[in-house]
Amino acid sequence: MSEHHHKETFITKYIFCQDHKMISKQFLITGMLMGTIALLMSTFFRLQLAYPGKSFGILETFLGRWAPEGVMSPDIYLALVTIHGTIMVFFVLTAGLSGTFSNLLIPLQIGARDMASGFLNMLSYWFFFASSVVMVYSLFVQSGPASAGWTIYPPLSAIAELIPGSGAGMTWWLVSMVLFIVSALLGALNYIVTIINLRTQGMSLRRLPLTIWAFFVTAILGVLSFPVLLSAALLLVFDRSFGTSFYLSDIIIAGEALTNTGGSPILFQHLFWFLGHPEVYIVLLPALGITSEIISTNSRKPIFGYTAMVASILAIGFLSFIVWGHHMFITGMNPFLGSVFIFTTLLIAIPSAVKAFNYCATLFKGKIVFTPAMLFSIALVSTFVTGGLTGLILANAPLDINVHDTYFVVGHFHIVMGLSAIFGMFAGVYHWFPRMYGKMMNKHLGYIHFWFTFAAAYGVFFPMHFLGLAGVPRRYYSNSSFSMFDGMTDINIIITVSAIIGAVAQVFFFFNFFYSIFKGNKSSQNPWKSNTLEWTAPVKHMHGNWPGKIPAVYRWPYDYSKPGAEEDFISQTVPLKEGEQEH
Amino acid sequence: MITKIFTLLIIVLFLVALTQVIRIFQLTGKIKGYDINETTDYDNNLNGILSIIFSILFFAFCVYQYLEFKKFILPESASFHGIFIDKMNNLSLIAITVVFVIMNALIFYLSYKYRSKKETKASFVTHNNKLELIWTILPGIVLTVYILYGLNVWSQVMHPSEEDPMLIEIYGQQFSWTARYAGEDNLLGESHYTLVNNKNVLGVDSKDVNSNDDIIVRELHIPIDEPIMLKFRSQDALHSAYLPHFRVQMNCVPGLETSFMFIPIKTTKQMRIELKDESFDYVLLCNKICGSSHFNMQMKVIVETREEYNEWIGQQPKFKEINL
Repeated sequence: MSEHHHKETFITKYIFCQDHKMISKQFLITGMLMGTIALLMSTFFRLQLAYPGKSFGILETFLGRWAPEGVMSPDIYLALVTIHGTIMVFFVLTAGLSGTFSNLLIPLQIGARDMASGFLNMLSYWFFFASSVVMVYSLFVQSGPASAGWTIYPPLSAIAELIPGSGAGMTWWLVSMVLFIVSALLGALNYIVTIINLRTQGMSLRRLPLTIWAFFVTAILGVLSFPVLLSAALLLVFDRSFGTSFYLSDIIIAGEALTNTGGSPILFQHLFWFLGHPEVYIVLLPALGITSEIISTNSRKPIFGYTAMVASILAIGFLSFIVWGHHMFITGMNPFLGSVFIFTTLLIAIPSAVKAFNYCATLFKGKIVFTPAMLFSIALVSTFVTGGLTGLILANAPLDINVHDTYFVVGHFHIVMGLSAIFGMFAGVYHWFPRMYGKMMNKHLGYIHFWFTFAAAYGVFFPMHFLGLAGVPRRYYSNSSFSMFDGMTDINIIITVSAIIGAVAQVFFFFNFFYSIFKGNKSSQNPWKSNTLEWTAPVKHMHGNWPGKIPAVYRWPYDYSKPGAEEDFISQTVPLKEGEQEH
Repeated sequence: MITKIFTLLIIVLFLVALTQVIRIFQLTGKIKGYDINETTDYDNNLNGILSIIFSILFFAFCVYQYLEFKKFILPESASFHGIFIDKMNNLSLIAITVVFVIMNALIFYLSYKYRSKKETKASFVTHNNKLELIWTILPGIVLTVYILYGLNVWSQVMHPSEEDPMLIEIYGQQFSWTARYAGEDNLLGESHYTLVNNKNVLGVDSKDVNSNDDIIVRELHIPIDEPIMLKFRSQDALHSAYLPHFRVQMNCVPGLETSFMFIPIKTTKQMRIELKDESFDYVLLCNKICGSSHFNMQMKVIVETREEYNEWIGQQPKFKEINL
């Protein structure tokens, strides 16, 4: 790898940049923009759910012909739900989270000058960018954006006559997703190769920060599962455009029998969830890695049970591949297969519980410094536990029968995966912002942002469990067609008001982020008094990360408050003293 | 238009104000010579106390929701297998509520209790094998019990022992349900999707003698205390036949026949008395996204005595009679 400094033009520095730190910022800001779109969408459809049929000027402003006189149509409701899910899961919590922090932290924390292949890394971002552009473009096609749910189950997603969004909107959705998968694969391959090959001297696997362990397992999950989604998507493209019958059989459209026979919609679900479930952990593991690092640093205490933490990441990663069937208990899948998936799914609770206990044990007898990053990390532990527990109900097939596809599920996965991952992402941004931009984010705005977001988050998703236990299905444009759901408007109003508060709270974050980039106070070299390698690099970014030699590593990253040390942290680059035990 | 400009103006002014406030903070810090973003003991106390307040408000909010929304939770199961599901569901909900309260209380309490203070020092504990073994094995044991219990209920629900259930086919299409009764022979006539037309909405094969006494209706009547085998088909998209009061749900898949067997144990009348709601009716609704009117795809379900059922079914025309 070259250590020489080439002359940089604007284009090579900010646009087609191969430096991992710049690529990480590109991922973050693109992710934030996409996140804003998805967040706005959710507030829009929440308005419809709390006040069905009521006219809102804001809907007409943003949705135009889709919301004549300020009331959205059922089709656009489904489109908003679909695109909200797609963007949040893939563009924000996969690319935005993993793309940002894997890129920033892998070279810096393992002591490498850059990713193994800067060029592939750049391609990874630009495929993601193209994919985002296509996804946003798909919102504006004449027949409307994809609206078959983010899981795009055929036949609904395959036949435009069934729902208008399955016309051009779905085509562009698939194009965008193919580009996205290419991006995810390029990124993940790079992360794996870099972590295996480019660790600095002394950076043994037992000295890797947990962030890197999490990114490593995440990348492996991505490499193994995204190609399956790609094949599922390609077969769907064939069914849609070339008359094949992979997923279609025995269908009648407008009185005409289609010629497709022999296909199975269930096949698509198997392929989709073979990605879809690992995807949950692709989203979650980086967040858990980030918070492990932050909770340890800000408790001024080693992470409790490092080995167990690594083992549980590996166990979760492995198990995530053999549980996909729990999304399909009531599809008519063989009940025996259901039994197998009950067993494997519930096993995941064990490593998850271990992680939760270890977080608590890390806080115990610590010296907790409440930075905004720390607050979000603690909130993650709370949402991880709260959301994880309702998973026990859903993983158990007999109990799943009655809450499957209800708001109980919506509440569950938003808390355990949505909130946890986004909290991990916020925590990461607050914590590593000084490393990204050399500036500090304002802590007061951070506190305001945190407390409003946290309160609003539970306000949105907790009441959903009650809707679910009442049997309210998800993806309903309105609940007014069933007398059994009468009187539940109050719940929906609580949820919507909380959602609006939560959305407004994000203004503090965005403002803080952009203000601090330009006008924030300068950061010191190691503002959080952290042990990991990234804080030994100069504040001002440079190609190659460190001037001169890459620092060697002599200890694990969690030597906080070690007895006998002068300060309460010891950088990984400090050699062990004579007679000092490693830990 | 004026409101839009006005809203925009307010947003801009708000951001300008925010900028100024932050700058004042920054400047004071600069003059007095401290870093405003350094976390102080004041911050640690404030956030520690806030986390206690938050946890209290959060639990209060949970209790409020329980008291206020309890009435919406589905009534006790109206089917036999549902009793076992309900029992397990209630036990599980109680158990997870207990763990939820303990763990969340612990998280917020620890955050408060160990907030950084000048005089404290964190203790250097890296791991504790004994403790970790306990909290790995303990969830392991609890889960083993839970899994075995779950598998047991699952096989009861999926492999009921009753013989000769009454056959009813449920057919889903955008955006309505149709039911076909097997008639006196309790055999459904063959059907094929290419046979569907305006008169023969389910594509029943009239050449199959079993179809002669089939009865096609848009309302589901079922006799109480008798095993009912529902067979599901779909015409277009995926649908999911969801009978929340009976704890029954199964997807309807084009090209694949699925089924679910259950025994209703409460008539509509009994349920009306139980719920003190004269207008109550059981309902079958669609629970898999299927298009624009997905939110209004339903069929009325009536559970009645055998006599009432016989009377009703006797009035319905047979397939042979309408498909001449």
